[in-house]
Amino acid sequence: MIEQYLPVFLVLGFAIIFAGAVIVSSGIFGPQRPNPEKLSTYESGMKPVGTTNERISVKYYLVGMLFIIFDLEVIFVYPWAVQFKKLFNEFGMPVFYSMLVFLIVLELGYLYAYKKGGFKWD
Amino acid sequence: MGLEAKLKNDGFITTTVDAIVGWSRKNSVWPMPMGISCCAIEMMASGDPKYDIARFGSEVMRFTPRQCDLMIVAGTVTYKMSHVVKKIYDQMPDPKWVIAMGACTSTGGMYRSYSVVQGIDQFLPVDIYLAGCPPRPDNLLNALIQIQDKIGRSKAREFQNIPMPELPILQNN
Repeated sequence: MIEQYLPVFLVLGFAIIFAGAVIVSSGIFGPQRPNPEKLSTYESGMKPVGTTNERISVKYYLVGMLFIIFDLEVIFVYPWAVQFKKLFNEFGMPVFYSMLVFLIVLELGYLYAYKKGGFKWD
Repeated sequence: MGLEAKLKNDGFITTTVDAIVGWSRKNSVWPMPMGISCCAIEMMASGDPKYDIARFGSEVMRFTPRQCDLMIVAGTVTYKMSHVVKKIYDQMPDPKWVIAMGACTSTGGMYRSYSVVQGIDQFLPVDIYLAGCPPRPDNLLNALIQIQDKIGRSKAREFQNIPMPELPILQNN
């Protein structure tokens, strides 16, 4: 059984030996002459400006939270609207009022976000 | 005598470290395409199937100096650009070579002007000057072959102890 894997081990061993030999020989034959100019950041030959650790404001948090409101609305209203005629014939006006109550609850959250300034994204 | 015939006779080959290191160095020259103006078009043409720079192992044009051995300066170098060219040359790992491609790069060419460097050898150690305005792609291949000959003649540890070249920084006038 294990003999069948001999080619795999051969390839693996050859790869490790070859890669190691290349790394070691480039360390032996390649000149290492580091200097500040060579070690500086490559910015297409220009002098790099500023730091790389700049903080950027994440607008996605607000967008994601507000998306929940409209997402819930779509999920519940769409099947309701598709089946509305059938449900209305069966149950009458309460079908309409119950969805209205649901939308009012959602609109309260929307108004709260609006009052808090959740839509001022700049 | 080819490699196969040699192996058939003796079963093994002998060589020197200098020869094998020079052989591998000269057949894997990766150019830094410092294409500044119209010579760069001919440099690009040297990579196409008609001229096929891949035959010489140099088809890997790297756009970062960290992986390059050979800088092909193709185009008119102005004083403003000379600082960029020199910085990129400095950032290339040793050992490194330079081809000055075209008349403008070698001598300033027809731009006898206040803004143009009259030959990049004022701030870079140039190995090959390539005539032409612009040079044909096969001219560039010829320059590459000359560079390969030069690299092949070098010793394995020749670049270890040579001092850093003191390159002047040009002042804009």
